[in-house]
Amino acid sequence: MSIILQSLLGGALIGASAAGLLIVNGKIAGISGILAGATSMRPKTWQWAFLAGLVATGLAAHMIGHSAPAAIQGTSLLVLALAGGLVGVGTRLGGGCTSGHGVCGLGNLSLRSLTATLTFMAVAGCVVFATHHLAPVRRLLELASQP
Amino acid sequence: MKIVSSALFGALFGIGLIISGMTDPGRVLAFLDVAGAWNPALAFVMGGAVIVALPAFALARRKPVSAFGDQIELPNRFRVDRRLLTGAAIFGLGWGLSGICPGPAIVLLGQNPTRAGVFVAALIVGAWLAGGRGAIKADTDEGAAPAGAQGALARR
Repeated sequence: MSIILQSLLGGALIGASAAGLLIVNGKIAGISGILAGATSMRPKTWQWAFLAGLVATGLAAHMIGHSAPAAIQGTSLLVLALAGGLVGVGTRLGGGCTSGHGVCGLGNLSLRSLTATLTFMAVAGCVVFATHHLAPVRRLLELASQP
Repeated sequence: MKIVSSALFGALFGIGLIISGMTDPGRVLAFLDVAGAWNPALAFVMGGAVIVALPAFALARRKPVSAFGDQIELPNRFRVDRRLLTGAAIFGLGWGLSGICPGPAIVLLGQNPTRAGVFVAALIVGAWLAGGRGAIKADTDEGAAPAGAQGALARR
């Protein structure tokens, strides 16, 4: 299947999931929010159920031979922890991530989410430019990635 | 029943992420690497998702009641404040460094629990620092002022 078709199909399933969770359960399929709620002092069962569904697909993929992508193996634990922390802080402050703002927010024709999405994409793009194409930054990352 | 449907939608979401390649940080970073080997796939994933989600949100705006009879609380669509911009920028930092965002991270827990676990654990701690562990006030307005404990970094 061509990359474009594969992307559209996968995207459509993601959209269908968000649509379904909204219409059936009345909830927003924003993973950062669902995870934050699930780990808050007032977790809801539906949040854990959703997350369990997510993990299950990863487990199932693993069992049929789709091991984790090489890219995650190549990322050092230090960078993973740092990046994870930043994602946690940022999504909590900003009220969403690629699913909450990018899919649900844009799907809801939200100017707020459009602004958030453009912002995190622009910043992420700058970071990737720096880490891939600016020699000092790339070197710094290499050093941080050493075991 | 709400639990079952929620789990099913979670699974559907995960399948979509896997099929579209969005659980592969390399594929995500390739989209963000505009100056390098650029791969537009992510745009098509998000585009496909938004197109399918649009009618559902239009319906919910008109009739904000779920199939189970619950009130649907849609997030504010117009409020753009410093908190939003700062948060989005910080999220962009973390996403750009790793190519991993929350959804794929959870799926990856099933494939590489150690590495994904480090990311997710740090994510949870980061969220606590930023917003406290209080109950999320509105399930749908993610990060809306939480009732209860305020996080160390939470801004007014």
